[in-house]
Amino acid sequence: MTEAECVECGGTVALHDDLEVGEIVDCETCGAELEVVDVSPPVLDRAPELEEDWGE
Amino acid sequence: MKLGLLYSRIRKDEKLLLSELRERGHEVVKVDVRKQRFGLSETTADVLDCDLVLDRCLATSRSLYATRFLAAYGVPTINAPETAAVCADKVKNSLALEAAGVPTPATEVAFTKEAAMDAIEAFGYPCVIKPVVGSWGRLMAKIDSETAAEAILEHKATLGHYEHKVFYVQEYVDKPGRDIRVLACDGEPVAAMTRSSDHWLTNAAKGGETADFELDEEARDLVATASDAVGGGLLGVDLMETADGEYTVHEVNHTVEFKALNEASAVDVPAAVVDWLELKAEVADEAVMTA
Repeated sequence: MTEAECVECGGTVALHDDLEVGEIVDCETCGAELEVVDVSPPVLDRAPELEEDWGE
Repeated sequence: MKLGLLYSRIRKDEKLLLSELRERGHEVVKVDVRKQRFGLSETTADVLDCDLVLDRCLATSRSLYATRFLAAYGVPTINAPETAAVCADKVKNSLALEAAGVPTPATEVAFTKEAAMDAIEAFGYPCVIKPVVGSWGRLMAKIDSETAAEAILEHKATLGHYEHKVFYVQEYVDKPGRDIRVLACDGEPVAAMTRSSDHWLTNAAKGGETADFELDEEARDLVATASDAVGGGLLGVDLMETADGEYTVHEVNHTVEFKALNEASAVDVPAAVVDWLELKAEVADEAVMTA
């Protein structure tokens, strides 16, 4: 288990080991959706807002 | 094989695939399409020597254009841009199903509020209005009355993107509280599940409860025909059961999500998908060798 800082609230976000760039994690402190932009070391950024054409 | 994976967000579905691919020793090139440029004969995306590129873009617009560019460079993609184009648009989807003789809900398209109102009145209440592009059950409306119809059409015409002025009106299928999602590879079902809800929208993304489902021969045939109708590939075929005990296929999805299906079904869905991708890569290689 690794950790990274939430860019929204500055809290610590616990991350699982099989982290992937592009994955979305939630900050349990502030609820922000965060995107994993690097894994070594883990770096988080604000996740993009939902777009109208997203889906399957 | 060397497999490119186009993405803009890694969901659980992509993680399952990545894990399966890496466990089998395949080389995977993850391509975040947000960071790429696509020229008329070359791209910044490092995929030109891939045996196969799997499109897992979350945004339909990116999926449509990225696969179109890769096809122009001669890179085989799953799914093909032609398939994506049909599946991404509910009008094209409905027309393809109808042309193939696949039972699909009666649908009319109108371009003005007045003509849309005529279509709604012709279907009677309830009926359904859907955006031509969209997923996860978003912006779909079950119309129960004339006043509701007037309000929805007014909102779409006033607030919507131009695509919302293409009014896609459909009969309401009185399904038994569930629909059926089938994941199929070139028409061969991998696994199927029901999605049940008290709400008229039963999508798993809307919180519908999922359960494993055994397809009968009729459903399997419809899945195969529906897959062919849109050009084949890795697809999510959605069926409903009608009050007459028949099936109707309401849509075919081209960047199908399967995490819920993987949990509901005894089938190892990512393993089955990767089995199929390996076959597709072999076929693509053979095509290059003989070209």
